[in-house]
Amino acid sequence: MAITLTETAASRVEKFLSNRGKGIGLRLGVKTTGCSGMAYTLEFVDDLNAEDMAFESHGVKVIVDPKSLAYIDGTELDFTKEGLNEGFKFNNPNVKDECGCGESFTV
Amino acid sequence: MALLQISEPGQSAAPHQHKLAVGIDLGTTNSLVATVRSGLSSVLIDDDGHALLPSVVRYLPDGDIDVGYSAQAAQSQDPANTIISAKRFMGRGLKDIDVSLQPYHFVDNNNEMLQIETRAGIKSPIEVSAEILKALKNRAEKSLGGELVGAVITVPAYFDDAQRQATKDAARLAGLNVLRLLNEPTAAAVAYGLDNAAEGTYVIYDLGGGTFDISVLKLSKGVFEVLATNGDSALGGDDFDRRIFCWILEQSKCKPVNAQDTRLLLTKAREAKEWLTDHASAQITSILSTGEVVNVSLSTKQFNELTQTLVAKTLAPTKKALRDASLDIEDIKGVVLVGGATRMPQIRLAVADFFKQSPLTNLDPDKIVALGAAIQANTLAGNKSGADLLLLDVIPLSLGLETMGGLVEKIIPRNATLPIARAQEFTTFKDGQTAMSIHVLQGERELVSDCRSLARFELRGIPPMVAGAARIRVTFTVDADGLLSVSAREIASNVEANIVVKPSYGLSEEQILAMLKSGFSAAEADKQARALAEAKVDAESLLEAIKNALQQDGHLLSLNEIKTIREKIDALQANIHAGAGDANSNAIIRATEALNAATENFAARRMDASVSRALAGKNLENLNL
Repeated sequence: MAITLTETAASRVEKFLSNRGKGIGLRLGVKTTGCSGMAYTLEFVDDLNAEDMAFESHGVKVIVDPKSLAYIDGTELDFTKEGLNEGFKFNNPNVKDECGCGESFTV
Repeated sequence: MALLQISEPGQSAAPHQHKLAVGIDLGTTNSLVATVRSGLSSVLIDDDGHALLPSVVRYLPDGDIDVGYSAQAAQSQDPANTIISAKRFMGRGLKDIDVSLQPYHFVDNNNEMLQIETRAGIKSPIEVSAEILKALKNRAEKSLGGELVGAVITVPAYFDDAQRQATKDAARLAGLNVLRLLNEPTAAAVAYGLDNAAEGTYVIYDLGGGTFDISVLKLSKGVFEVLATNGDSALGGDDFDRRIFCWILEQSKCKPVNAQDTRLLLTKAREAKEWLTDHASAQITSILSTGEVVNVSLSTKQFNELTQTLVAKTLAPTKKALRDASLDIEDIKGVVLVGGATRMPQIRLAVADFFKQSPLTNLDPDKIVALGAAIQANTLAGNKSGADLLLLDVIPLSLGLETMGGLVEKIIPRNATLPIARAQEFTTFKDGQTAMSIHVLQGERELVSDCRSLARFELRGIPPMVAGAARIRVTFTVDADGLLSVSAREIASNVEANIVVKPSYGLSEEQILAMLKSGFSAAEADKQARALAEAKVDAESLLEAIKNALQQDGHLLSLNEIKTIREKIDALQANIHAGAGDANSNAIIRATEALNAATENFAARRMDASVSRALAGKNLENLNL
């Protein structure tokens, strides 16, 4: 079981964390919402919950709650540019179907 | 798939509900747009990699509109249809600007905001600014992949109501939802995170392409208050280029050059200026259209000597701003440099020397204002947790309304933090009064004639009642951008009237200061004037009541009693019309008291008469006692 970051993603996360001035890592998660059932969440972490699972990738601490992990295990988080836009992208092997925009998915 | 940004803990947006918000620096020379992604504020670039968008709009012959670099390039060949520095005209009338210096065909608009005749028709500065905002909005939506929920747009601290309203109107025209207008120096302070810092006083030194602004900000309890502003609207980085340009001509002993060569040499001068920021000397070489060859070398030392007077010119307004804020250099906790021209080492040295501390320079001085605005926009759009305080501004002059006797009743005091809403109840002055005129005023003085009139409107349809029985609630609301709306409502009948105050002309900083000063220096005279006016209002309202009472119930009095009352009435009226004088208010008060005393019995008898009238023909059981 693991969640990984690409090197680019890790260095961006480190930059954002240091700019923010606080936070212990990055939380990946899944919410049941959206047109295809599930949606990703991506948040800074200030506090850990008791059931949280922690991974480390390129020096960045990645936090996932066990319920979310079931849907995103094996995910590699990447940081890419698309035209003028830039941001993080979930490469999630569990996904069977995505909505047109890719913001929500089913497994 | 869609690209995601990192949110604050617990603030992840649902799919398709990302609250995209931007900060816009709508500048005189250049404009920028920035946003916060994954907690980091960054400026958005266009397809060609430019962060800056020249604030230039050109109306093309084919009906298209060009904004930015391409419009700027056409400036000299199509000056009448290429509008630069529209910001200088925002909320201004023709009499506010020097028309002779402008290449445009201005349209006189009966003292309203000026307009410019272009081949695309008559355009107001608001429409021109809207084109710049539209270009930035498109850039942002393309970059962020979605519609914006709103924008924070920055304005100079000295912008008055009319200029702020014009900026808001431009945004509306561009289809932008304005979350808030933010003062430029405040935005710069936010970009450096000074709003999170301890309390203190900061100076923002902003030397742009063509303007110089100095602002003194005081931060207390998360609120930035502008203590003083000053500057020079005709001093900027371009003047440094011009100094180098003149020096080149002198050195190469050129004859006066044509427009094309002037442009060429000014570009070379600017390049040399920028080069000298990190180098000891710059080589300037060029071949003019006449075939003459320019080849000179400019050292940092020479450049400093050439521009010494320009640097000194920024320090005079700086001193003045400190003096206006009654502060010494030791009181200043930090100095922020804004504007590309502050990259020049001699500016940094001069500022450090003057304030006896190194200024904050680690952010790009061209981008600071937009970066700060984006941080504020991100907070206002609700992307941060509630613990983060919202930045507030204060109201510069008290707002109030006219009451009987030409007095000003202050509803919102000066220095109240925005946004704010305050209500006060007023009543009618005459029996059967069905309308009330509401006169909105701004200023610190007690008399209407000494304050600035902002707006007038009427509340009609008040049900007829005896004087003093109607309850009219007047509410003043000033939104976060400093714009005022006033509403009046009669409580029993719910009739309502309201107005949004949109003055065609605002106040300049000097006018505000002058009004504040006169408020202090005229305090004693104001107090007397207020006392006199109040005494007159009381007296007249008593006279009115007694006149009505005599008409209705005069039969309750003996001829002798009526005579006494008439005498007192005459005496009071004589005092009211005696004209202004210090002792006069006391005389009126005494005469009013005398009349009051003389009619005490009459009042008691009227009360008895009305009670017996009410009880006549009724059984005790029918009365709800």
